[in-house]
Amino acid sequence: MEIGLTHYIIVSALLFALGLYGIVSRKHAVMVLMGLELILNAANINFVAFARFGGMNIEGHIAAIFVIILAAAEAAVALAILLNIYQHFRHVNVDEVDQLKE
Amino acid sequence: MTQEILLLLSISILLVPLVSFLINIFFGKRLGRMSGVVGTSILGFDFILAIIVAYSKLVTYADLHVVQNKFEWINLGTYKVVVGFGIDNIAAIMLLVVTLISLLVHLFSTNYMEGDRRYPTFYAYLGLFTFSMLGIVMANNFLLMYIFWELVGISSYLLIGFWYEKDSASNAGKKAFITNRIGDLGFFAGIMILFMTYGSFLFEDVFAGIASGKLPFDNPTMLTLAGIGIFMGAMGKSAQWPLHVWLPDAMEGPTPVSALIHAATMVAAGVYLVAKVFVMFTADALTFIAIIGTITAFVSASIALTQTDFKKVLAYSTVSQLGFMIMSLGTGGYTNGFFHLVTHAWFKAALFLAAGSVIHAMHHAMHHLHDHHSDPQDINNMGGLRKTMPWTYRTFLFVTLALSGVPLTSGFLSKDGILAGTMAWAHLTGGWHWIVPVLGFLAAGMTAFYMFRLTIVAFHGEHKTEIAKHTHENKLPIVLPLVVLSLLSFWFVYSPNPIDATQGWFHHKVVAPQTVVPAAYQWSFLMPEHASSALVEAGMHSTTSTVSHGSHAALNAYQEELHHYHYPALFLSVLLAALSILLAFLIYQYKYISADALEKRFKFLHTFSYNKWYFDELYKATAIAAVLALSRAMAWFDSTIVDGIVNLSAKVTSLAGKLTGIFDNVVIDGFVNLLADGTGYAGKTLRKLQTGNIQAYIVFALVGILALIYFFI
Repeated sequence: MEIGLTHYIIVSALLFALGLYGIVSRKHAVMVLMGLELILNAANINFVAFARFGGMNIEGHIAAIFVIILAAAEAAVALAILLNIYQHFRHVNVDEVDQLKE
Repeated sequence: MTQEILLLLSISILLVPLVSFLINIFFGKRLGRMSGVVGTSILGFDFILAIIVAYSKLVTYADLHVVQNKFEWINLGTYKVVVGFGIDNIAAIMLLVVTLISLLVHLFSTNYMEGDRRYPTFYAYLGLFTFSMLGIVMANNFLLMYIFWELVGISSYLLIGFWYEKDSASNAGKKAFITNRIGDLGFFAGIMILFMTYGSFLFEDVFAGIASGKLPFDNPTMLTLAGIGIFMGAMGKSAQWPLHVWLPDAMEGPTPVSALIHAATMVAAGVYLVAKVFVMFTADALTFIAIIGTITAFVSASIALTQTDFKKVLAYSTVSQLGFMIMSLGTGGYTNGFFHLVTHAWFKAALFLAAGSVIHAMHHAMHHLHDHHSDPQDINNMGGLRKTMPWTYRTFLFVTLALSGVPLTSGFLSKDGILAGTMAWAHLTGGWHWIVPVLGFLAAGMTAFYMFRLTIVAFHGEHKTEIAKHTHENKLPIVLPLVVLSLLSFWFVYSPNPIDATQGWFHHKVVAPQTVVPAAYQWSFLMPEHASSALVEAGMHSTTSTVSHGSHAALNAYQEELHHYHYPALFLSVLLAALSILLAFLIYQYKYISADALEKRFKFLHTFSYNKWYFDELYKATAIAAVLALSRAMAWFDSTIVDGIVNLSAKVTSLAGKLTGIFDNVVIDGFVNLLADGTGYAGKTLRKLQTGNIQAYIVFALVGILALIYFFI
C-alpha cells in the first residue's frame, strides 16, 4: 500500500488530538507544555506533508523550520514562567493556579 | 455793617449750635461734666451774635422788610428750587428769644441734669434743637421751613423720650411725633398746592403770585385750603385743639426741655409760621384759625383748673396761651399775636424753670428722707415752699402775675392787646363772631385763677408733707435764669407806658404786613385803603414793595376799632383777673369757700375737667381704636388670607413634590435599579464561567470553534 497524503494527515490529526487531550487533561504544567509541543509537531507534519504532496514545495519546509524555532523559543519562555510559578506556589499544578479569576 | 455781613453772621448763628451738637455727640464721653460748660459757652457766643444781628436789622436796616439771600439748590429744568435765609423784624426778635432762652436753659441744666448718666447727650440734643429752631426762624421759603420743622420735631422727640427707660416717657415721645405728623401732612399739602401754582418755595414769590391775582387752580377755595393746610402744620406744632393732646404728655421730658421746647420756643413755631405767612390767609382761613385758637384757649384753660401735677397745669396753660396767640392772628391781630408769643416765651420759660427748681428741690428732699414713692410733681405734696425757696417763690409769683395779665407786666400788655383785637374783629364782622372775645375773656379769667391756685397750693400755707419741709433753695445756675427771665417780663422792656404797648418799640418794629389776598376774599377792613386801585396802577412791580412796605399802612378801620376797644378790653380783663385772683385766694388761701364742697357741687364739671375733657379717651375710642381695628383686620387678612394662600401653595407644592418623589422612587429608580440589578445578576452569573482555570478556557475555546465549524461549514 502506497503511503500518501491521507496517511500523514491522519497521523497529524491523531497527534493534534493527543496533544489537545494532553493540554486539557494533565495537571502538571510541564505535561501541558508537552501537549503543546505535540500540537506544534502535528502542524509540522502537515506542513511537510503538504510540501511533499500538495505543491507547497519549499515554503512548507521553511514554515516547518519556523515552527521548530518558535517551539524552542516558546519552550524557553514557558519554562521560565513555570520556574516563577513554582517559586511562588511551590507547585506547578495548572488547575490550582486560578487567581486570575479574582 | 453791610447786608452780606449781616447774613453771614445770621448763618453763623444758625451753625454755632450745630457745632455744639457735633462736639457733644462725638466727644461727649471724653468731655464728661465739661460738656455742659462747652454747650453753655457756645450758646453764650451765639446769643452775642444774635444781639448784634437783631440790633443791626431792627435799627440799621429798619426800612428794609427783609435782608435775605437766595441760591439755587436744585435745578430740574422747568422746576428750579431756590432757597435761602432771610432776616425780617420778627425773625430778628425770634433770634433773640430762641438764643437767650436756650442759653439760660443750658445754664440751668448744668445744675439740674447734674449726675445724669447721659449728660453730654442731653447737651448734644439741646444743640440740635437750637440749630433746628433757628433754621425755622431764618428760612425765607417753605422748603427749608419744612425741613427744619421736621428737624425740630425729631429733636423734640429725642428730648421728650430722653429718659426712655420710663415707658411713659418713650410713649409720650411717640405720641408727640405721631400727632405732629398729622398736622405736617396738611402743611405739606399746603406747600405743594402753592408750589404747583407759583413754581417757587420762596415766600416773596408766592405772595407776589397771589397779589398778581393768580389763584391756585383758579379757585379761591384752594387758596383758603392752602392756608388751612399750612395752618395744620402750626396746629400740630403749636398744640392747637384737636391736636393738643401731645403737649401735656411731653412733660415727661426733663423740665429744662419743657421750658425750652414745650413752652417757649418750639411750640411757638406754629404761631411764628402763621405770622410769617399771615398775608396769604383769606378771610375764611383766618376765621378758621381764630375759631381753632379760641377753642384751644378755652378748653385747655378749663382743663388746667383741676390738674394736680405741677407741670401739667403749666402745660395746659401753655396750650391755652398758644390758643390766645393763634386766636389773635386769626382775628387780624398780627402784632399782638406775635407780641404775646415773645412775652409768653419769657414768662412761661421762667414758670417752667421755676417748676424745675421746685422739682429739683423736692427730689433732693425725697432723697434726703429716703422716700422713693411720693410724686415730686404733685402740688398736694408741696405747700409752704415760700419759706424754703424764697427766690424761686418771688420769681414764680411775678411771672404768674405776668401770665394772669396784671398791669405793670408784659403779659398784661400783650393779652390786653389780643382781647381788644378780638373785640374789634367781632365788632367789624359781627354776628356769632362775638363768641370769640367772650370765650377769650373767660379763658383769661380762668388763667388768673388756675395760676394763683397753683401758686397758693404749692408755695403758700403750711408744709403739706415732710418732703416740703426739707426743701432748700437751689444754687445760682438755677436761680439766675429765673431772675433774668422775670426781669424780661416787666412792661418797660417793651413800652414806656405800662398800659399801652402801641407806643413801645415792639409795636413800631412789628407792624402787620398788608395782605396780598385779592380784595374779594379778604375782610375789607384788613385791606389797605384804596388798595385795589393802587394795585392796578402800580402793577406787578409794586406788589412786592407793597408787601415789603406794608408796615407803613395808613390807619385802617381795624386799627381804629382796636384803638376804640383798648380801654373796654383793658378794664374788663383787669377786672376779670382781679376777681379770679380774689376767688383763688378765698378758696385756697383763706378757705372761706371749701374747694371740696365746690368739687362735690360741680362733680360733673370737675370730673370732666380733671380728665381733660376725655380727649385722650375719645381719641383712644375713635382714631386709635380705628387704627387698631384696621391693624387687626390687616393682621387677620395677613394671617388668614395671605398666609392661607401661601400655606396652600406650599401644601400644593409639597404634594406635587411628594408625587414626583413617588414617581422618581418607583418608576425612575425602579428602572435604574432594575438595570443595575439585572446587570449585577448577569455579572454574578457570568463570572462563574471565569474559573481562572486555563484548561477550562481551552475547552470553552475548543467547544466554540467546534460550534463555529458546525454552523458555518
